[in-house]
Amino acid sequence: MARHLHERSLTEALVVASTQESSAPSFFAPRRKRLLVGRRGLVASLLSSVIILGALVAVFWLAPGGANVRYFFFNPHDMWASFVGDPQKGLSSVGQGLLTNIWMFLISELLVLFFGLVIAWTRMTQSPVLAPFRFLSALYTDIFRGIPILLVIFMVGFGLPALSLGVLSNQSPAVYGCMALTITYSAYVAEVFRAGIHSVPNGQIFAARSLGLSNAATMRRVILPQAVRTVIPPLLNDFISLQKDTALVSVLGAVEATRAAQIYGSTDFNFSGYVVAAGLFLLMTIPLTRFTDRLIERDRTRRLAGN
Amino acid sequence: MEKVLELANVSKRFGSNEVLKNVSLDLHRHEVVCLIGASGSGKSTLLRCSNLLEKVDGGTISLFGQDLGDPRIDPSLVRRHIAMVFQSYNLFPHLNVLENILLGPVHSLKRKRADVLGEAMELLERIGLADRAKDFPDRLSGGQQQRVAIVRSLAMQPDILLLDEVTSALDPTLVGEVLDLLRDLAQQGTTMLIATHEMNFAKEVAHQVVYLDQGVLVERGTPEEMFSAPQHEATRQFLGRVL
Repeated sequence: MARHLHERSLTEALVVASTQESSAPSFFAPRRKRLLVGRRGLVASLLSSVIILGALVAVFWLAPGGANVRYFFFNPHDMWASFVGDPQKGLSSVGQGLLTNIWMFLISELLVLFFGLVIAWTRMTQSPVLAPFRFLSALYTDIFRGIPILLVIFMVGFGLPALSLGVLSNQSPAVYGCMALTITYSAYVAEVFRAGIHSVPNGQIFAARSLGLSNAATMRRVILPQAVRTVIPPLLNDFISLQKDTALVSVLGAVEATRAAQIYGSTDFNFSGYVVAAGLFLLMTIPLTRFTDRLIERDRTRRLAGN
Repeated sequence: MEKVLELANVSKRFGSNEVLKNVSLDLHRHEVVCLIGASGSGKSTLLRCSNLLEKVDGGTISLFGQDLGDPRIDPSLVRRHIAMVFQSYNLFPHLNVLENILLGPVHSLKRKRADVLGEAMELLERIGLADRAKDFPDRLSGGQQQRVAIVRSLAMQPDILLLDEVTSALDPTLVGEVLDLLRDLAQQGTTMLIATHEMNFAKEVAHQVVYLDQGVLVERGTPEEMFSAPQHEATRQFLGRVL
């Protein structure tokens, strides 16, 4: 029955096709679809932007508590005061706090690059002697990609001092923060590196081996240089979130930008310092975000071009 | 002539799929042996076993009388003497043409860069691509890339050259230039084991032609014997289809 129906519709379609053969097809879009072409499109995009953005500002401005929010979060006087701080009143500067964030992420990023590569490399070695390390590095990435970073910060920041292990237990909260960030992000970055190394086609490895290159030389001269290109965008993405996550170290009492804003807020009962801190973080991350997007876009066009 | 490569009763399985069944084959110095047969007949696997990219499951492969199955054998030392060229060129995309050629001699043979540079340029000269030395592989045509890949293996000054269907990925108009280069090499006495679908080329350059069918070495002989009077029905049928 079904088959019979199918055959009938096919013959009907052929009949329809043959009757239409005489008139040439038209390729013009119907009028209503032609509205937004060319200059009209530009006008339309401007208009919609003004309306949507205007609506957002209006909601914020006209909300019942709008005036309160403007006073408690966007007060220019408090914004400046929290930015510069006031040592006499015991107020830390949000601006100076940001410097702590900056050195924390710079040091963590360097350490993460190193440990990430070591873990990825360990996990991919084939030597029988390294079998336990292979297992441990797999376990490591599983564990630290799975634990919320806040918990790692608590465990390192309160756990290491409690161990009473000499120098190791005698560091500032920011140093423990760096350790925790390094521990967690090394696990992420190790996986990024591993994916990058796996992305190099097998043919490249065969070609390198066929030239008599050792495993180490194959890795160094052929695989890594090609893996780097695929690895950089996801690596920078991880670094962007690492930069933001330095704010979490405030829970250990490290006086970085977020903590300074918090101190200001609890002293002067004004939260404009948070907005200042948020703005400063944006100033830090946006250039890296843009740069990463550009790299990704460049790689995409290059791949589309066929190489 | 000295026997350089010897396969004795070589078998190879991928899972339950037997790709090589009891294959025995000799290659002498200055000899060109062409492997012919349908896709999947085991030609490529035979080559890949010969330079230890694959391990054999049975039988032995000897290079200069040394059993390559011996666990004390260092594969990278073997590969310095037995070079391989691939169907898909496999040039290194992050290195320019010259660096592609220098990589093996410098980082595998540990020769001084300055010493190899002249030879590399000479090789490029020979294939007419000296002016492209600084170009990256993706700027070259397929035929040019494959000729660079051949020259990259030659820079290792290998005793044996393995060629795995090196013209199969090429645009038909570019096949000629690659075959011309191989003809030159054959004339100069390069020892080659060539897996190919180019029957006329095999007829012309091979000293021995070997027909493989589903992993079995069916028949071997001189090109005259193989192409004018094949002994086996399978060989006749195959040649009938491709000629």
